[in-house]
Amino acid sequence: MTTLPLEPVPAPPEQATPSAEPRWQSLRGVNESDRIYQGVLTALALALPLLIVVLLAQLFVSALPAIRRFGPSFLWTSTWDPVAEVYGAAPMIFGTLASSFIALLLAVPLALGVAIFLTEFAPRWLRQPVAFLVELLAAIPSVVYGVWGIFVLIPFLRAYVVPPLKAVLGWTPFFQGVFYGNSLLAGGIILAIMIVPYIAAVSREVLLAVPGSQREAALAMGATRWEAVRSAVLPYGRAGLIGAVILGLGRALGETMAVTMVIGNRHDIGLSALQPAYTMAAALANEFSEATTDLYLSALFEVGLILFVITVVVNAAARLLIWRVARGAAVGSQAL
Amino acid sequence: MTGLVALLSFTAVLALVLIVADLIAKGASSLDWNFFVRNPVPAGESGGGVANAIVGTVIIVGIAALIGLPVGIGAGLYLAEYGSGRLGFLVRFVADVLNGTPSIVVGIFAWTWMVKPVGRFSALAGSAALAILMIPMIARTTEEMVRLVPHSLREAALALGYPRWRTSLRVVTRTALGGIVTGCLVGVARIAGETAPLLFTALGNLNFSTHLGQPMQTLSLQIYVYGTGPFDEWHRLAWAAALVLMGLVLVLALAARWVTRQRYGSAR
Repeated sequence: MTTLPLEPVPAPPEQATPSAEPRWQSLRGVNESDRIYQGVLTALALALPLLIVVLLAQLFVSALPAIRRFGPSFLWTSTWDPVAEVYGAAPMIFGTLASSFIALLLAVPLALGVAIFLTEFAPRWLRQPVAFLVELLAAIPSVVYGVWGIFVLIPFLRAYVVPPLKAVLGWTPFFQGVFYGNSLLAGGIILAIMIVPYIAAVSREVLLAVPGSQREAALAMGATRWEAVRSAVLPYGRAGLIGAVILGLGRALGETMAVTMVIGNRHDIGLSALQPAYTMAAALANEFSEATTDLYLSALFEVGLILFVITVVVNAAARLLIWRVARGAAVGSQAL
Repeated sequence: MTGLVALLSFTAVLALVLIVADLIAKGASSLDWNFFVRNPVPAGESGGGVANAIVGTVIIVGIAALIGLPVGIGAGLYLAEYGSGRLGFLVRFVADVLNGTPSIVVGIFAWTWMVKPVGRFSALAGSAALAILMIPMIARTTEEMVRLVPHSLREAALALGYPRWRTSLRVVTRTALGGIVTGCLVGVARIAGETAPLLFTALGNLNFSTHLGQPMQTLSLQIYVYGTGPFDEWHRLAWAAALVLMGLVLVLALAARWVTRQRYGSAR
């Protein structure tokens, strides 16, 4: 039996949300100091929506000169010439997407494997320690990943990974050219290691939220444990798992230091993963303090604005998907 | 298939082990007394330490925590106590979205507001940027921890005639204190390792400085400069500083773990 005729049961409609009005709300009247307390907390909470609005508005205002000057062609122009004052962000946008794509390609199978192993197959005593160790990957500072990337990962790639890659896949456009070390490939691999803990932690919470009855039903129909996972558990948690992956994507898109240190920082669009590239975050890190003219600075702000908008959209989408499975929970917040 | 997913898990853990092992192998030998108590020497000379960066990290992160923790905890309390309505949903959602915001974007924002107007890089601007990064994180973990407090406890306090605000502060929050402290430790650990938001705010400083209105060095900035610099001596110091920073973050993370264990057993 390879496929089971099991349709995943849709999530129960309107589960009691964790924030449903509990009984104590009606237990006691509200007095003046209660109102003050609530007012103070509300003001502090309002700081968050205010912050996102101010961030967006400020970036937009600072980017306005560049937006006026270059218009939408900023997005697909490849020239970045501070001397001639002509700016186009296409190489950075391409590099950001390409490095994140490589990262997802490597991280998703790994992270989903970790999540499935930890929720479905691992012996109970092994679950907590392994989950903790994987989450610790998220605790390593980005700049430390950068140092490790420069002095360990890149030499390793040069010696053991790139030669066989070139031998087998050298004919494709993706592995052409000389490998100098700093490259799209190195950036993508570092990013992959960095986002594994996020995707794994959220996927794990999502899989834990799948009701045991789903597994039991599949097992009762004669499925093996793996078949139960594939035909019942994964489909049930699909929205949340996609959310987990998108959340990882959001992290990868905005990651700055480690990528800046290993990706090579070259304003150019190339298909080869062995060549240096650039990302939006890296451009900000490298060039912001060197921006001598107002237009240069403004162009960098526009890069920041694009990056911010993309990550906000990506994160919002991820959260909505995850919330469909685990309502309102701060899933993955345990992953540092 | 069980073997496959076990192998994948092993690979992820292996990555951690390799990174930590490399840090120890390349960094531990440089950790001596001088490393902690001396300031950097001019490029090319050997010796010197990162005392200025360690002090700077403590100052910048400390001030960021002073600003960020109260706001974050307050917002988290709001979410747990009053967050069932529309505003609660919005705040929760925005907090989660902000949690994924690239830290470099917050860096250029802090630059615009705190460096550009006064025309000078400052440690304070760095603290502000880190505080912004901290708030959504702290808010969400605080909310989660306060939610773990059983309703019966709250009901008991209210039944005894406690006003709501005192119930919230003296009974609920105190019960959740261990968890909230955990969240704070984790938050502090995370921003202690941040580099990108400090590049254009605290900037870095090769000399010892405790002046908040001046550029200040942090371990993360020092690692960036030394790691990408051309000298072997710098690389050696970068590894050592990376080991110290990593150790600091790990200790905070493990402390957080330990506090949670004490409070809630292995609930999660």
